[in-house]
Amino acid sequence: MDLNLSPDELQFRDELRAWLKANVPRDWSEWREKPIEESFPYLRAWQRKLHEGRWAAVSWPKEYGGRSASLTQQAIFWEEMARVEAPPMANALGLGLIGPTIIAYGTEAQRSRFIPKILSAEEIWCQGFSEPNAGSDLASLQTEARLDGRQYVVNGQKVWTSYGWVGNWCELVVRTDSNVPKHKGLTVLLIDMKSPGVEVRPLRQMTGESEFNEMFFRDVRVPVENVLGKVNDGWNVAVSTLMHERGAYGARLHPLFKRNINRLIELSRKFQKNGQVAAEDPLTRQKLAQCYAEIEIMRMNQLRAFSRISATGAPGPEGSIQKIFWSELNQRLQQIAQEIFGPYGQLLGGDSHAIDNGIWSYGYLRTRGNTIEAGTSEVQRSIIGHFVLGLPKSY
Amino acid sequence: MEFGLSESQQFLKDSARKFFAGECPSAEMRRLMETDTGYDAGLWLKLAEQGYTGIIFPEEYGGVGLGKVELMLLMEEAGRALLPGPFFSTVVLAGSVVEAAGNHAHKEKYLAPICRGEVRATVALVEGGASWNPRDVQLSATNGKVNGEKLFVTDADVADFMVVVARNGVFVVDSKAHGLKISSMSGMDLTRKLYRVEFNSTPAEEIGDTAELSSAFDIATAALAAELVGGMQRILDITVEYAKTRKQFGKPIGMFQAVQHQCADMYLETESARSAVYYAGWALEEKSPDAAIAVSIAKMYASDAARTVGNRGIQIHGGMGFTWENDLHLYYRRAKASETAFGDATFHRERIARMVIDEGAVSAKHA
Repeated sequence: MDLNLSPDELQFRDELRAWLKANVPRDWSEWREKPIEESFPYLRAWQRKLHEGRWAAVSWPKEYGGRSASLTQQAIFWEEMARVEAPPMANALGLGLIGPTIIAYGTEAQRSRFIPKILSAEEIWCQGFSEPNAGSDLASLQTEARLDGRQYVVNGQKVWTSYGWVGNWCELVVRTDSNVPKHKGLTVLLIDMKSPGVEVRPLRQMTGESEFNEMFFRDVRVPVENVLGKVNDGWNVAVSTLMHERGAYGARLHPLFKRNINRLIELSRKFQKNGQVAAEDPLTRQKLAQCYAEIEIMRMNQLRAFSRISATGAPGPEGSIQKIFWSELNQRLQQIAQEIFGPYGQLLGGDSHAIDNGIWSYGYLRTRGNTIEAGTSEVQRSIIGHFVLGLPKSY
Repeated sequence: MEFGLSESQQFLKDSARKFFAGECPSAEMRRLMETDTGYDAGLWLKLAEQGYTGIIFPEEYGGVGLGKVELMLLMEEAGRALLPGPFFSTVVLAGSVVEAAGNHAHKEKYLAPICRGEVRATVALVEGGASWNPRDVQLSATNGKVNGEKLFVTDADVADFMVVVARNGVFVVDSKAHGLKISSMSGMDLTRKLYRVEFNSTPAEEIGDTAELSSAFDIATAALAAELVGGMQRILDITVEYAKTRKQFGKPIGMFQAVQHQCADMYLETESARSAVYYAGWALEEKSPDAAIAVSIAKMYASDAARTVGNRGIQIHGGMGFTWENDLHLYYRRAKASETAFGDATFHRERIARMVIDEGAVSAKHA
């Protein structure tokens, strides 16, 4: 056990720091509050710049434009990005989830066709997994693909698709065989979103915005060359994508949580609570300290998990504790913020009395989604119960 | 950066687990808990033979010279076995205080015999005000004599000497000294005995300044959290085993999500407490600027989590969990005693608040 950075890790950090110092845009704060439709070209340009410095996908193998970065180096990457308040990258799903899945399961032709444009943000990717009747029980999905000569014909509906509105391509899970057990008849298709018969509609969420979309597929034709992995092996391909989602994601969140608690501590000196400054109110202090501690533990859990992943080679089911931990913690953090701000906490962005232009009222509502997206807390607890603790399957 | 255990750390942990399973299985733990002191001379000798009594102390005093992470691993396994007797009091508490506060001669006199396994010892800190903060101590020494009373002193009855925290210094009192009166306090934890100690013009040898106490108490506090982690792991293991075998409505109860999800939470709490404890051990060893915060985080989290894990474990066992014969309540009792010892979660949250709100955030060492 040694939590000091190794020479390699220090070199990685210093090289990144120097690059960011020279290249991070200075005007992100002017763009941050704008609707994403407006700022999207800005985010694309930023990703392209990162890609030119070979920083867009540090976790990817070197031969595919990455740096074969270790998990610790990935954590360093996100901490440094947060430290300079760098803008996010446009092609988040392509870089984080779908690219690695194409590298793992794709043919050589698919890799050379798709990977460079994922890196350069020339083609934005979205993910078609959930359906109205297949959420936690993903394997029961009904969107079907029927083989017709050298093409699949796709019909069905997907929901909760991030980046659907801007996506050029989609990793779509479909049913190719309905006569076998549900996990064994699935296939992953790579679909050009400009194909005739694809319709994307915004899905308005409880925050009022539309991060997600519904997607409708009516007789959409997809060439067989666009099957990712083997036909009817789509469950394994999809699970590989989901594991990426639960694995290193917490490392990206920790710097943001840290920034939020530090900001909240700062704000607690400016609000009154129980007749005194909130920062001096014993109950508020207890809650802030609890939250601060849990944010540190989130990071320690993450670092310990990294060591296990390095030893075993792949993110395992214990990634589920990270997901439960960060999502529930984020909700508690937002609740404490609301308690400190009192009636000001509810004010939305644009109101002249709103705190930090409404990020806290937005955060309070948005974090309700944290324990649902990327696998509900209930599903995560069932994964731990069955796959980690060896209890009988409960579903 | 590597948060996993090294080969030698894993070896130490595995051999400690084997040692305690062999020398202090549940039946032996229960036998000792029924005795007045929980101390067994034969077991103590074996602890010394393993080098455990000198684990973190310098080789020049007969110690093994291992680090604080290794101490955490040993205490985790001791906690898993619910080791009765004065190991914590002697080695972790008295040993650390003598090492931090004493000079070379004091260490020759008091620390070396601890390392060699020749003596038992403890630390007398808390008074009627029930504060774990040395600044609240009232007792003081005059002309080499102490007068006053200490409460909640662990294992005082088997201690050959006692380290006494006074307002004006840290003192050592011999167990045979004049004017020393030790009477037992009936605590909930049957495996670690508590005592009231009265001093009446009792001769005491000053070994150092109270300013030296905080580093020693941080080690003891983290070690208590490590013990709690071991206890939580044991409760988790026996509860999961029970949930797999106990059948109701024709199914193992662990198949019901109301039960299974509680097991998942016990796992999450145990693993999270373990991460915090290992980190605290590392931060102490490295004398990292956030070591004190790391210790408070570990103790705060483990104090609450051990109680919660115990609650869930007992609940999942149903009526069986409420019986005397089941070991769960013994761990649950220890968890309550260790929760309050050296500050409960509330105490440590306030300590964290002072460090991160009042003194500005000293953030944890970042990659």
